[in-house]
Amino acid sequence: MLSFLSKTLKTFRHGIHPGDYKDLTRDLDIARLPFSDELTIPLSQHLGAPSRCLVKVGDKVNRGQIIAEPAGFVSIGQHAPVTGTVKAIEMKHHPSGKMVESVIITKDPFSPQTFYNEHAMEWENLSPDELISLIQHGGFVGLGGAAFPTHVKLKTPEGKNARFLIVNGVECEPYLTSDHRVMLEQSADIFLGIRILLKILGAEKFYIGIENNKPDAIALLTKNIPSDMNGEVVALQTKYPQGAEKMLIEAVLKREVPSGKLPIDVEVVVQNSGTIAGIGMMFRFGQPLIERVVTITGPGINNPANLLIPIGTPLTDVLDYCGGLKENTRQVLFGGPMMGAPQSDLDVPILKGTSGILCLTDEEVTIKEEFPCIRCLRCVDACPVYLNPSRLGALAKTRDYEGMLEYHVMDCVECGSCSYVCPSNIPLVQRFRVSKALLREKQAKAVKKSA
Amino acid sequence: MKTAPKLLLTSSPFLKQQEDTPAVMRQVIYSLIPALIAAIYFFGISALLVIFITTLATVGTERVFNISTKQKTNSLKDYSALLTGLLLAMTLPPGFPLWMAFLGGVIAIVLGKLIFGGIGSNIFNPALVGRAFLQSSFPVAITTWSPFSDFSGFLEIRGYTFTIPFVKAGTDATTAATPLAHFKFDGITTDTANIFFGSSAGSLGETMAFLILLAGIYLTVRNYINWRIPAGVFIAVILFASGLQLIDADKFAPPMFHLFSGGLMLGAIFMATDPVSSPITHKGCWIFGLGVGFLVVLIRTFGGLPEGVMYAILLMNAVTPLINRVTQPRIYGEVK
Repeated sequence: MLSFLSKTLKTFRHGIHPGDYKDLTRDLDIARLPFSDELTIPLSQHLGAPSRCLVKVGDKVNRGQIIAEPAGFVSIGQHAPVTGTVKAIEMKHHPSGKMVESVIITKDPFSPQTFYNEHAMEWENLSPDELISLIQHGGFVGLGGAAFPTHVKLKTPEGKNARFLIVNGVECEPYLTSDHRVMLEQSADIFLGIRILLKILGAEKFYIGIENNKPDAIALLTKNIPSDMNGEVVALQTKYPQGAEKMLIEAVLKREVPSGKLPIDVEVVVQNSGTIAGIGMMFRFGQPLIERVVTITGPGINNPANLLIPIGTPLTDVLDYCGGLKENTRQVLFGGPMMGAPQSDLDVPILKGTSGILCLTDEEVTIKEEFPCIRCLRCVDACPVYLNPSRLGALAKTRDYEGMLEYHVMDCVECGSCSYVCPSNIPLVQRFRVSKALLREKQAKAVKKSA
Repeated sequence: MKTAPKLLLTSSPFLKQQEDTPAVMRQVIYSLIPALIAAIYFFGISALLVIFITTLATVGTERVFNISTKQKTNSLKDYSALLTGLLLAMTLPPGFPLWMAFLGGVIAIVLGKLIFGGIGSNIFNPALVGRAFLQSSFPVAITTWSPFSDFSGFLEIRGYTFTIPFVKAGTDATTAATPLAHFKFDGITTDTANIFFGSSAGSLGETMAFLILLAGIYLTVRNYINWRIPAGVFIAVILFASGLQLIDADKFAPPMFHLFSGGLMLGAIFMATDPVSSPITHKGCWIFGLGVGFLVVLIRTFGGLPEGVMYAILLMNAVTPLINRVTQPRIYGEVK
């Protein structure tokens, strides 16, 4: 009730304050992880069609060389993260829990592992479509975690207009600091990336949204905006899930994306700051997306760090480099604590969408006794898309999925705020995820039948 | 890598705010304690016995139900039965026959809660269901008020505390009228300050509007109750009563009298805000609160009874599902 006193900075309505837990790695410089002996590059580490493999077993590959090409528009290129030999192409464990066809490359122990084809790439005289193709073949996906191919969002549909580019430097997931460190250490690449994206989109202005728990990043980027560019850094109140596209657009521009529509329908394109830095780097010296910054953190890891990790590096090598797991570690997540994916097996590779590795011990395990819903309204106050999670939870329990449609379950962004605040410990978002998947399956079946 | 740890698979989120439902209930109970102490101070051991008996009845009934139906979880753990018992006691007169109080506690739990499927499924506020049962079954006993005193009269047994079940009570106890009854039947207004600070006759929780208001402020600041409900009640009472005063200032009671007399404070802050039986939307809570306030003044002024808080809340409880249905919030980016 008294929260209006602190509402001086921009933000979105509702949401939660889970505490940021970022002190473990906030001030640690990005360090380079040594190359592993064997890397596993899944051909599907993005939303969309798996990439089409271009190499065969026994091929010699150079660091940065393309090894798989896009198999359609919603697909991307994949590159060799090390110089070495293709050892196998087979089904391997993927952090999502599935088995995915992957290219396994053994490192050439005698290679200096320099990038094989260093050159600044021409962009000023290229057309938007040519630039989009370069980004697609460069293998770029949203590095915030969703891993949606970057170039797809840059292709403005017929009749739509992209007036604003919002750079997502929010990093609202607790514990994670990879975007924060990239903003501090690669601001020149970020502004080069912004220039290129503005050219592709024909956008008039850019905004960089950063929460006020990163005052150094806000100050640095504000200072470094080139004088010839039309844009600003927007300091935002720290609140989860502000990094969700819809919430960020609401916070920065006070616009709402209509239900079932995309940001482009309100003339906005949102890209993650790390992705933009990567694009800037590619145009600066030609390196496609073959490595990324990952925060390895949590009470369960001995030496938390922000590491620059080649895509495909085994998780076990990363954990070993950070001093290994503590004895009482019980959960290892890909991503942050609010939306991250728990791993059942540590034999998985780091992906393009891996923003963090969070190691939690017995003390943080949140399995608690469930009580009946007392309709206390906390979930209603937390939901960033203004759903009624209490009602949806009751409907999910009785498996009334049609009823859930009426209460807009498909608009749920699965941020987990409802589960976080529920004093009765009801697994709300967990039930909504299952319900949404079942409803989608049902709809797909209905479409098939009518076709 | 040495030995891999035994990994636990659960679904996100992996962070959780720490305060659970029992903790919320405990906070509401804590905030009720000053008013309970005040009731014991003013009405002595009889009040203490009523409080003890109603909570014994509610907690005992829930426990017996849990054991006899082999429930997997112990629903006493959520403290709601204890809270129901305390709230029921606050609505009863000191010197109320203990056997009736016990019966009221049993009914509150069985008809108010268990019959609907336990906490969270009940439509009406359980404590008020118990009170409504007692009101219709024992209309005389529940409107027999003992006079207040200070702590020197602590050990004095008031009214009909130890009346034997189903035996007609004697008529020798001293009684006093509540300010509302005074006004309704005799046309006498009690000084608002006396009601506000407790020196008037009434139910256990009717006499200390001040302490209950303080508890309400605490619960609001800590976000345990939705302040829109009591705010709605107060606004409706003030507006409606002021309107009546404009028509005839002698015939109708002043708004401040309405606000601080009877069970209005207790009802608005502890009963109407019961999350289970009140609406789930903020807009709904406003409607709910305004409705309660309006009905209270309506019943008090034009009804047969001097007090109407209980029926006002129960009536609004009954329309809560409807209010919920018509006040669903607009979702983010909703396309009409």
